[in-house]
Amino acid sequence: MRSNVTEYDLVAPTTLDAALQILADSPDPYTPIAGGTELMVALGAGRLQPRKLISLWNLEELRFIEVSGDAITIGAGSTFTDIRNHPVITEEFPLLTQAASWTGSIANQNRATIGGNIVNASPAADNPPALLAYDAELTIVSSSEERTLPYRDFHLSYKKVDLAPNELLQSITILRNFESYKTYIRKVGTRNAQAISKVAIAALARLKKGSIEDIRIGAASLREVPTRLPLTEQSLLNKRVTPETIAAARAALISESKPIDDIRSTAKYRTAIAAKLLEEFLQSL
Amino acid sequence: MTQSTLTINGHAKTIEAPPMKRLLDVLREDLHLTGAKEGCGEGECGACAILLNGDLVNSCLIPVLQAEGAEITTIEGLAIDKKLHPIQQCFLENGGAQCGICTPGMILATHHLLDKHPQPTLLQIQEGLSGNLCRCTGYMRIFNAVEAAALTGAAK
Repeated sequence: MRSNVTEYDLVAPTTLDAALQILADSPDPYTPIAGGTELMVALGAGRLQPRKLISLWNLEELRFIEVSGDAITIGAGSTFTDIRNHPVITEEFPLLTQAASWTGSIANQNRATIGGNIVNASPAADNPPALLAYDAELTIVSSSEERTLPYRDFHLSYKKVDLAPNELLQSITILRNFESYKTYIRKVGTRNAQAISKVAIAALARLKKGSIEDIRIGAASLREVPTRLPLTEQSLLNKRVTPETIAAARAALISESKPIDDIRSTAKYRTAIAAKLLEEFLQSL
Repeated sequence: MTQSTLTINGHAKTIEAPPMKRLLDVLREDLHLTGAKEGCGEGECGACAILLNGDLVNSCLIPVLQAEGAEITTIEGLAIDKKLHPIQQCFLENGGAQCGICTPGMILATHHLLDKHPQPTLLQIQEGLSGNLCRCTGYMRIFNAVEAAALTGAAK
């Protein structure tokens, strides 16, 4: 059943400050909408609950990619096309370019924003595993305050994030120090194009004299939120890649995975495949 | 109701509509441009694809207020002086259109693709059209049509 669009209000401030002021002044919360690739689907299907929306689409203070000597900062309103087209991201953050490329079709990538993908907080989202592997930092703003927090602390529980109704995700910052890392990313879904993943892993590791000196593994659809795999990482630190360490890492992954059965896959399949992806990554080191 | 001014196929139009009304519905109901189709209504099939400020987008996912001031091209705006656009001609000649539901979106996706990659590889064609589903052709004839259009320099 289609929604009745006359029941919805949408405001479109032209600056970030104006948007934050509207959020600060409103007694009941607004729901931000950027590219609309999630919320407009709900509207079309007659299940969009929020009635008051605020458009963040194309606010120039949110749509930028800024490169400094030691970091890159991506405005939350940057689209996946913006991300795929950026030469420094292509060169230094291949996990992010790859994840952006399989976030829906070209038409969706022209609209969908990285901020929306993060805040929407789907455990199956394409980009969070890469952002977790790069240990991204988020900058969150309100009319009165700006704060930063590690992205790994942002997802609190299923679809709950550390973001107050008067706050907006402003940008994502990643340090430019991954030159010496080996990277791995793989998504498993029903088909290559467009399908939402059954399970996905993005990972980085740096070796020193044959043993793993640093490792970060981000995963989608293994828990109720996009997650790092700390026990698995711990099991591999300062180890050489041997059949024994691979077996221990697989066991750690299985112990810290709590996937669900849903229309896209089963918990059993997700865990089994995630362990295989981990093994593929470790074999590549 | 809010008022939005859009440029559709080169003509300025002022629309009175609820701000969350889908651009697809504005095109079809308010402007009687029925070339863009509703397939899935959730951004998966590309039947409603249009060009918005030159970017390929799914019009079923855009609230009309977000299109304020935008330049929009629909399939109705592609033909030049009642002559088929070269991409349309290539789809016609190569059997790239059968039932026709996906065709407006396919042709606009092709236009966008050839704009970025005037001589696309097969992989680029497949990716460029991956958001447009066709249930008739099996895609091969569509790929042939796109390759033929690239040879004509159709993007220009």
